[in-house]
Amino acid sequence: MATLEEPREELRAESAADRARRAEDRWRKERLPGDYERVAPRREQFATGSSIPIKDVYTPADVEDLDPLEDIGLPGEYPYTRGVHASMYRGKPWTIRQVAGFGQAEDTNRRYKYLLAHGETGLSTDFDLPTLLGHDSDHPVYHREVGKIGVAVDSVVDAHALFEGIPLAEISTSLTINASAAPVMAMYAVVADELGVPGAKLTGTAQNDILKEYTAQNEFIFPPEQSIDLVVDTMEWGAKAMPRFNPVNVSGYHIRDAGATAVEELGLTLSAGLTYLERAVARGIQPDTVAPRVSFFFNLANDFLEEIAKLRAARRLWARLMKERLGCTEARSLLMRTHVQTAGVSLTVQQPLNNIARVAIQALAAVLGGTQSLHTNSLDEAMAIPSEEAVKVAVRTQQIVLHETGAADVVDPFAGSYYVESLTTELEERSRELIEQIDGMGGLVEAIKDGYVQQRIADSAWEQQVAVEKGDKVIVGVNGFRDEDEAGTPIEIFRLDEGVVERQMARLKDTKRTREEARAARALRALAVGAGASGNGRNLMPEIEEAVRARCTVGEICDTLREEWGEFKPVSVF
Amino acid sequence: MADMPIKVVVAKPGLDGHDRGAKVVARSLRDAGMEVVYTGVFQSPESIVKTVLQEDAQVLGISSLSGAHMEYTEAVKDLLEQHGIDDLLVLVGGTIPDEDAVQLKQLGVAEVFGPGTPTAAIVEFIRANAPARTFS
Repeated sequence: MATLEEPREELRAESAADRARRAEDRWRKERLPGDYERVAPRREQFATGSSIPIKDVYTPADVEDLDPLEDIGLPGEYPYTRGVHASMYRGKPWTIRQVAGFGQAEDTNRRYKYLLAHGETGLSTDFDLPTLLGHDSDHPVYHREVGKIGVAVDSVVDAHALFEGIPLAEISTSLTINASAAPVMAMYAVVADELGVPGAKLTGTAQNDILKEYTAQNEFIFPPEQSIDLVVDTMEWGAKAMPRFNPVNVSGYHIRDAGATAVEELGLTLSAGLTYLERAVARGIQPDTVAPRVSFFFNLANDFLEEIAKLRAARRLWARLMKERLGCTEARSLLMRTHVQTAGVSLTVQQPLNNIARVAIQALAAVLGGTQSLHTNSLDEAMAIPSEEAVKVAVRTQQIVLHETGAADVVDPFAGSYYVESLTTELEERSRELIEQIDGMGGLVEAIKDGYVQQRIADSAWEQQVAVEKGDKVIVGVNGFRDEDEAGTPIEIFRLDEGVVERQMARLKDTKRTREEARAARALRALAVGAGASGNGRNLMPEIEEAVRARCTVGEICDTLREEWGEFKPVSVF
Repeated sequence: MADMPIKVVVAKPGLDGHDRGAKVVARSLRDAGMEVVYTGVFQSPESIVKTVLQEDAQVLGISSLSGAHMEYTEAVKDLLEQHGIDDLLVLVGGTIPDEDAVQLKQLGVAEVFGPGTPTAAIVEFIRANAPARTFS
């Protein structure tokens, strides 16, 4: 019987990966060619949006180097590939957080209440461009943009109106603000304080990620060095003033929408996160005091499986970087909590109802990837600020994913998928390489000043455009499946009330007229003195907070800093 | 002198930072043999018109995704008129609602290109409609 036993022994000695590899070889020779003879492959080569080649099929051989515990592990445990919480959505579902902002504070406040009434569970604020760029609503050029794509906030008076009737101790709020984040975060803290809500009760995030402004979104004011120091000031101040509030939300969203691939989105975002934390460490701040409150924000594009893998890879890589590079020891420093927004750039003006399908698929991927909070775009957002009807569909989409699909009933269902695990590893490795490449250039700030990052994103955007124009990539309704009648489906476009600018200017005037002028002037003088001495670890937030309390405006505060620091002049590459 | 390249200024008025479209269009026009000046972001109507004059451009492409396209285009057109420029081909691109596109054309904008427009269509339009270059 020994002769029969021997091959079996051999088989047992062979690893599962080797057996799979042999089986795959056989299948490639015997089984696959027949199918392709009958029907040729749809493309010569298949690849993800990040140009990672996609095989026909994946087997245990593709994940043989992965350790089931060290690389994948269990949810809520290092390296957090499977999620930051052990129970994930079986306990607390993700936060339904729709960004909203337009007109005056009262207009946005009404939209908040509409969203909350329809099942939103967290707030998120878009500010108008003058606020984002540190200008007041009476600016001689930029008054044209008051209240257009966000809410106009000149002073803490507006911030009070924005959060009127919102239980700040119970609901988390995200502030989508960057260059002028320091005064706006201070406003949030001051509003709460003046209403008697303790800072320790406040939860939420400020976006406050200035680096991606230089690389992708272009809403910067000051040069990078002073801006990064200001970010670190908010981290240090926030840890005491609002210890449960995330002062920085490192964002890949805009980098991706500007044209980057998933690998570039990951690499550039994590590189930015490292830049802030390493600056904090250089200022003598212990990484474990600030790292737990650094949160993230990713885009969710159409590449369904790559995007799920991206979120898993992001968590694993961040945990490893925090442990190995920053030397963090506390578990809370290692876990990456993230917000996700479906990809604005994927929405089409053509056949806008199709956007509902795109957003639903993207939302499902965000949940399968393990996000903590989610914004689903509205079907009309390629054209305007969403209408109430459109934003309701977006909220309902999340509720359908949560309550009807079952996707939230098990933790990290894609773990162990040969393909998704292989892709997760590939994304982690490629984005780690990009981070190291940027390190080699002297860091992210140098790579920005040099124009390298901007050029790289522009190149990726161009490649995607070429792929669409050549027909290599089909966008339904745009370069395929077009309607004969170009006019298409009429949908209601949201229009801003007339008179917003005048009303906002009047309120600004009134604020300045009624404030204690001596206190306001004193606060701005103190801020100027502080800003002149910045760069040596001096935290400017106490001065900014006092200026906000004194009813100084965002424009006045940012102008004071402009005087001391100057403005950033970018290189415009295309 | 018929083979002198067409000169185009691609401009981002106001505070809008969305420059993906502007950059992609600028690159496609350059690849099509045109001479392209991209202003970068944060341009005022004054600085846009100044660039057009300095560069002696035949075409101005205004890119706006921040909803302020009417206000800025009106201001640019007023300034052009004040400078006596009447043969500049003015184009607008970005997120422009249909009814606004109609109004922009009434202002003298030659064409409005929305999301999803193939860059080849923009190249073609400019070649067909750009005014002859003036020489002094």
